[in-house]
Amino acid sequence: MLYAILCYDSEDVVGSWTKQEEDAAMAKLAVVEQKLAREGRLGPVARLLPTTAATTVRKGREPLVIDGPFAETKEQLLGFFVVDCSTLEEAIEAARDLARASSSAGAYEIRPLAVFKPGGNVT
Amino acid sequence: MTDLAWIDAALTSARPQALGALLRYFRDLDTAEEAFQEACLRALSNWPRNGPPRDPAAWLIFVGRNVAIDHVRRRGRQEALPADEILSDLDDAEAALAERLDGSHYRDDILRLLFICCHPDLPATQQIALALRIVSGLTVKQIARAFLVSESAMEQRITRAKGRIAAADVPFEAPGAAERAERLAAVAAMIYLVFNEGYSANDGPDGIRAPLCDEAIRLARLLLRLFPGEPEIMGLTALLLLQHARTPARFDANGSIVLLEDQDRGLWDRKMIAEGLALIDKAMRHKRRGPYQVQAAIAALHARAARAQDTDWAQIDMLYAALETLQPSPVVTLNRAVAVAKVRGPAAALAMIEPLAPRLSGYFYFFGVKGALLLQLGRTEEARVAFDQAIARANSAAEAAHIRLHLDRLMKDGAPAGDAKASS
Repeated sequence: MLYAILCYDSEDVVGSWTKQEEDAAMAKLAVVEQKLAREGRLGPVARLLPTTAATTVRKGREPLVIDGPFAETKEQLLGFFVVDCSTLEEAIEAARDLARASSSAGAYEIRPLAVFKPGGNVT
Repeated sequence: MTDLAWIDAALTSARPQALGALLRYFRDLDTAEEAFQEACLRALSNWPRNGPPRDPAAWLIFVGRNVAIDHVRRRGRQEALPADEILSDLDDAEAALAERLDGSHYRDDILRLLFICCHPDLPATQQIALALRIVSGLTVKQIARAFLVSESAMEQRITRAKGRIAAADVPFEAPGAAERAERLAAVAAMIYLVFNEGYSANDGPDGIRAPLCDEAIRLARLLLRLFPGEPEIMGLTALLLLQHARTPARFDANGSIVLLEDQDRGLWDRKMIAEGLALIDKAMRHKRRGPYQVQAAIAALHARAARAQDTDWAQIDMLYAALETLQPSPVVTLNRAVAVAKVRGPAAALAMIEPLAPRLSGYFYFFGVKGALLLQLGRTEEARVAFDQAIARANSAAEAAHIRLHLDRLMKDGAPAGDAKASS
């Protein structure tokens, strides 16, 4: 059985860490990651850039592109895709395609990644 | 992370919102600051014991307001009654004690704080100092260090700024749409100045002024959160991120300047670049061009080039041409000439900058570029003169040393030594 573990925290607080604080925090997480990886249980790990860099594609007859992060509280996070794009426009195009193919309401929030470790020894 | 480090980070990030709300209640900067300070002290003793609150800003506003009301009451018993408008405000404040912060208040509170710091009556130096003190919460000592002035001089500067604001009778209502747009531009300009103070300091990678760059980025993100659909604010944030990403590569181990084309691009901060590129792409979709966006687009072209020789100079030339119409200035033309030299050769670039001489006669960079172009054209004697003029106008030892390097090479073999252009 695969589980996703999602991280929530104040981006203001995390964003104001000094380099030392940041490195110390990441080093502690890395220990846990390495343990999981040794056991062959770690899949992809990603860290997102701040919500100020986010764009949202709202599903609808014609998908609507909105500046800023996904802000609704009545909808829940159901899944995510990681796509390789050379520009934001390409990412928006991918999200639009997904929105057109999707049979439900909701939105896709597009966030650039700060860190991506593919992992990949889990199936 | 220790408790203390966490609390410190939480207080810093809650500061604009909490102080902005306290200013709304008390309508006096000093009272609001005192209330915030007092709330922070209580947080330091309370949070480690009871754990961090869910919403640190709301906690600080609540506590800060109660503390200040308490003070006013106590003083009221000893002294004359406080002014009527303060009293009635306090009644309102007490009635709304449990009020939750809604989105519009949040936005207006922070904006008011930023607008006050960027009040048109204040000269730019005072705006920056005040914003760093009030919004960012840097200590006077830290700000003084960053501006290379004494602590007492900085204290004076901030006191004078506060005095002017008090005298200017700043309205505490949220400004109307037209005024808001105007003041927004002033806030953006202030943030850009803060960044440049840190960036152009040229005092090496560990320079004491470097934190100003981080602070400017933090302020830009704050502004972007208030105006998520404003392309120029996206452009400004992107510009700061894309420039700051190069900081680790701008100086070598000896503290000497490394030119953009000689920089080890592996040292550039990829996270900042990714964020900056996403922001400039987002801004461009609005098709409402502005100077920050154009400058960010130029920085993005540098960031996208894996090697210096991959740089799309023709596109950069076009973007500088656009910037010349949006924001005409001899410095913009000078920067454009660097791109022109790459696309159409040094003679075309030299012809472009020669008319700028009267207006840039005191500018280090002008003579550096001129010398480099002359050198490429094989006019070594004239190049030597230009480099000498550049050294005489250098703003820092690193700038002078950089030009001296070219001169030394000229003296040694009289051969062209590459070019001294393209700012780092």
